Amino acid sequence: MRTLCIFWLSLRRTPLGLAGLVLLLLAVMMALFAPWLAPYDPDAPVRATIATIYAPPSMEHLLGTDDGGKDVLSQFIYGARVSLFVGFVASAITVFIGGAVGVMAWFYGGRLGSALMRITDLFLVIPDLPLYVVLVALLGPSIWNVILAIALFGWTSTARLVYAQVLSLKERQFVLRARAIGASRPYIVRRHIVPLVLPIILAQNALVISLAILAESGLAFLGLGDPTLISWGTMLNFAFGRGAISVGAWWAILPPGIGIVWVVLAWTLLGFVIEEIVNPRLA
Amino acid sequence: MLRRMLWAVVTVVFVVVLNFFLFRVLPGDPAKAGIRDPRLTREAQQAILERFGLDKPLFLNFSGNPFDSQFFRYIGNLLRGDLGISYNFNRPVFDLLGERLWNTILLVFVGELLAITFGILLGVLAAWQRGTSLDLGTLLFGLFTWSLPTFFLAMVLLILGSTYFGLPVGGMQTPGLSRADSWTQLGDLARHMVLPTLTFTIILLGEFMLIMRSSLLDVLGEDYVLTARAKGLSESQVLRWHAMPNAMLPMITLIALTLGFTVSGSILIESVFSWPGLGSAVFEAISRRDYPMLQGAFLLFTVAVVLANLCADLLYSALDPRVRQV
Repeated sequence: MRTLCIFWLSLRRTPLGLAGLVLLLLAVMMALFAPWLAPYDPDAPVRATIATIYAPPSMEHLLGTDDGGKDVLSQFIYGARVSLFVGFVASAITVFIGGAVGVMAWFYGGRLGSALMRITDLFLVIPDLPLYVVLVALLGPSIWNVILAIALFGWTSTARLVYAQVLSLKERQFVLRARAIGASRPYIVRRHIVPLVLPIILAQNALVISLAILAESGLAFLGLGDPTLISWGTMLNFAFGRGAISVGAWWAILPPGIGIVWVVLAWTLLGFVIEEIVNPRLA
Repeated sequence: MLRRMLWAVVTVVFVVVLNFFLFRVLPGDPAKAGIRDPRLTREAQQAILERFGLDKPLFLNFSGNPFDSQFFRYIGNLLRGDLGISYNFNRPVFDLLGERLWNTILLVFVGELLAITFGILLGVLAAWQRGTSLDLGTLLFGLFTWSLPTFFLAMVLLILGSTYFGLPVGGMQTPGLSRADSWTQLGDLARHMVLPTLTFTIILLGEFMLIMRSSLLDVLGEDYVLTARAKGLSESQVLRWHAMPNAMLPMITLIALTLGFTVSGSILIESVFSWPGLGSAVFEAISRRDYPMLQGAFLLFTVAVVLANLCADLLYSALDPRVRQV
């Protein structure tokens, strides 16, 4: 609780961090209250006519309609749910695996430790998006497979970061002293290492969330989004594949794109500011 | 040096094995799914199994020749440059990817070059004018472009460029120009390249800029810069001869690190602009369930990134003697 308090105090003083926090809270509110905010039910079937396909914004449809005659604003509001959900769940798993591997590599040390980091390096080299594409294409497009793909292969940078941090900590005075008076390794991990690594993980987590959201939207754009859910990436996939550009239907393209930028920017700003607080640069 | 190369070989082997198991163990390949069709006779099923070599054991053959298995056939075919036949084009994947490889390299090369050039320039400017509104502007620009989904930026640029500047909406060449003289063709190619390259540059620019800025700021705090200033060198001399050469080192690692980013960028950008490269091959392979093509493109992408990482490693140790000694 005390750390959270200090955290809030330092965050409050930086306009960038505050902006990120406000943007994020607005997005979370929109996702939570989607059924009350959205003017139409995005899942309800619509009888599309020539007049209702890609209809420009009007009083009836504030952001116009899409290729199926559905209200863009309602889909935009519901789309926040998928992005935030994927971001939270995928990053939680990622940070858990990455943190565990990083700490374990140090904890067991020796052969096993270096073997763990070697494996991390192997996965680190493989470019993310092609791997996600292959996994989701083979397993089938569902939101859980998207999360699985991101979590299964996204933990490497966290593991590296945590490992480097732990390595630099273990030579510090207070850890050496704790060892000198006979503290066991699990005790040192619990009482000295984890509290100091946690803030770094927090900053990394914000970065991982923004990357996960970007990855989900990219997969959905490539046609690998969950077909049963409305996400911003899927909206862009339909708009791109079904002629929104040639019709000039900017209202079907801009809102979902701006939605992704909004949420990702919120996490990027937060991550940047947390990093500055945790790891202040003298320059 | 030797250890690094050995490590790259290990990584490539890992990627090759992963590529095999991903596509063999996971469900989804139509060649395997098709066999379960109950309308097929037992003989037809057997024929399909034999045609794709699926009647062989997965990894090691315990009855007879141990290497007569799916895995070792795959390795053997790979060594002969055989990546299978594309379901969609009914032609060897190797040839198809070979045709597209150079288009991607052209796009990535020009995009990276522009991003590095402008990234260094703006980063140096920001570090030089530290604390001013210009510095804050570059920071915000960097964070903003980092948050932009590549394909969304591509779509927006596509709409703006084609509506207001009359630039082509996709592809590499205007149809019917194949018999025009080479200057007209080159100009046509350049016009087609403007929008995809611009997207690439903007996506990569922010990160290069921010790293260059912080790297230069680190160097400017070093003792040897202070010494250079104390000798009475002008600010631009200090920057050019003492600060810049050292600040450039992290950029080399960064170029290697952003290669994964470049690969995903090329998939998304080429898909939007129908640029006939490896990235759009992935896009088409997904929508047409063309698994051999997807497998080949994945292998090529990963091997390219591994090799590029190795090059960056070697270059880095050649440029920075401190790394070599360790």
